[in-house]
Amino acid sequence: MTTLSQPALSQTPARPARGRSARVREDRRTGYALIAPTVVIVVVMVVLPILWTVSLAFQHVRLINLRQTGFFGRYTVDNFVSVLTSPGFATALLNTLVYSVGGTAGAIVVGLVAALALRKPFRGRGAVRALLLLPYVAPVVAATFVWKTLLNPEFGAVNQWGTTLLGWKEPVAFLTSGEDVGPLPVSTAMITVVVFEAWRSFPFAFLFLTARMEAIPGTLDEAAEVDGATPLQRFRHIVLPQLLPTIAVLTVLRFIWTFNDFDAIYLLTGGGSGTQVVAVRVYDFLISRGNIGTAAAQALVLAVILAVLVTVYLKLFGRPEEAA
Amino acid sequence: MSTATTTRGRAPARRVTRDLVERRVLAVLRPVVIVALLVAAVFPFYYMGVLSFRPLDAVLQDPGALWPRRGEVDWSTYTSVLTSVDDGGQGFLVFLRNSLAVSLGTVVLTLLVSLPGAYAVSRLDFFGRRQIGALFLAVYFFPAILLAIPLFSFYSQIGLRGSLLGLMVVYVAQTAAVSIYTLRNYFDTIPASLEESAAVDGCTRLQAMRLISLPLAMPAIISNALFIFMIAWNEFLFALLFLVEDRDRWTVSLGLSQLSGSIEVPTTVLMAGSVILTVPIIVLFFISERWLTGGLTAGAEKG
Repeated sequence: MTTLSQPALSQTPARPARGRSARVREDRRTGYALIAPTVVIVVVMVVLPILWTVSLAFQHVRLINLRQTGFFGRYTVDNFVSVLTSPGFATALLNTLVYSVGGTAGAIVVGLVAALALRKPFRGRGAVRALLLLPYVAPVVAATFVWKTLLNPEFGAVNQWGTTLLGWKEPVAFLTSGEDVGPLPVSTAMITVVVFEAWRSFPFAFLFLTARMEAIPGTLDEAAEVDGATPLQRFRHIVLPQLLPTIAVLTVLRFIWTFNDFDAIYLLTGGGSGTQVVAVRVYDFLISRGNIGTAAAQALVLAVILAVLVTVYLKLFGRPEEAA
Repeated sequence: MSTATTTRGRAPARRVTRDLVERRVLAVLRPVVIVALLVAAVFPFYYMGVLSFRPLDAVLQDPGALWPRRGEVDWSTYTSVLTSVDDGGQGFLVFLRNSLAVSLGTVVLTLLVSLPGAYAVSRLDFFGRRQIGALFLAVYFFPAILLAIPLFSFYSQIGLRGSLLGLMVVYVAQTAAVSIYTLRNYFDTIPASLEESAAVDGCTRLQAMRLISLPLAMPAIISNALFIFMIAWNEFLFALLFLVEDRDRWTVSLGLSQLSGSIEVPTTVLMAGSVILTVPIIVLFFISERWLTGGLTAGAEKG
């Protein structure tokens, strides 16, 4: 092949350039054609809806008069005023923060512990790793249903064990008790959903941290061991610094996803007992009250606050993608 | 410096003991932690299975039993949950059909859209191909509930709410971005020289893509397909918003969540439904674990 094309190249130096630019133009056209379906579907199903949410948030729209509503209507800021001045929204926002900070921290700590415990190879480690991922891959509806059954105060297994084996005086209403525990405004039900969220998403952190840990050169650790560093010192000074960038990325990802999460809380408590987060509140306004305008305004405020928090975090801790 | 040397001089005896203590404690702690994590991760699913085989009154009397007593095993929960509503069951067979249709449809549509897209982003130089990745990733981080409002309104207006096709289109939009991202990374690992030599042999761009790169990318395509299937099968919010009014359109997830709210359906029967919802995912997961663990992290890694 090369022997054939080489003389042709040397004879006509102008042609390859033109040939290449034709190819570049053709590539560009093919590129646009191939990417077009994705761009169309993402623009129609994601970008336009976001813009429409903005439009809806500035109008008086209810489920009943939805059919008469267009993109351009009578714009007003009433929805935002009523959202920001209602006490329910502030509470929901606080709940969202508690839920996402608690859920994120729990998932990362448990994931880190799991990754460290499984660091040294042993027989069956592959199987254990796979099994630990179950909470993350299982359908959220099934996972919440079985936990609701386990935690039921009357005929749940956990309360049966607690009262008979652990000597609890009375069954604990894990998911329906809205009373605050301790001095902080955090209810029993909120603690339960945070623990559930940590249980469900720790495998994600575990997976990431395991992958990162395996990339740490073993020689570093061995050298430190030879120098007399104890296991905890080696973790503190050798392993942990290597993991920090990964932990930073995980924090951002998990925080964003938990902040936006609707499923777990809706399915576990329906937003009752001091667990109403903004996503669940938006759903209530949309479906139960049929107030689309207010729902849109709340969703927008949620998205803006998330954007601000993530920006502040990235400003404070550098850009994790570059560090990772 | 002098303090350093003195500590070093004194250190060996003390450090060895500290080292020894830490090693011993960790040697005990490690298996304990591993077992505790395993129990936490696996037990709820095991319990789900056990409950689905026990009669309801036995469960109410002794919910904490770790296995069904002899002669207690009861399969009727499964027939009851699967038979149609007209025959006195819960109609999960219909839900299964819906879930399967939506998930498979989403996989096919997403791959049809994202394969050419990923190829273009990886191989072809066109204006804006760098920005497109950022745009798609932004999609991934938007609250689903924010998109739910306009889509709910839009589908209500054009009468697409309640149709499985409408749900599928939403899923495609949600998964296409991640799909393009992971497939692009895989295409990047296939040497472009393979296609160039095909081009020298007279292949067009599209032929080279179809005959060279697609077959080589098969492992990534299969793992991607499984990943999309799992997302669509597990999805709850949009199914709830679009399909809740018509029981014949419910997916398994939606059906289970709706029925678990009513007192009339026994918990054991719903546990059988829960098993039916979970088992396909667990089976798929263990078939493809090696591929999938890569897929789960790939979506969020730097590219």
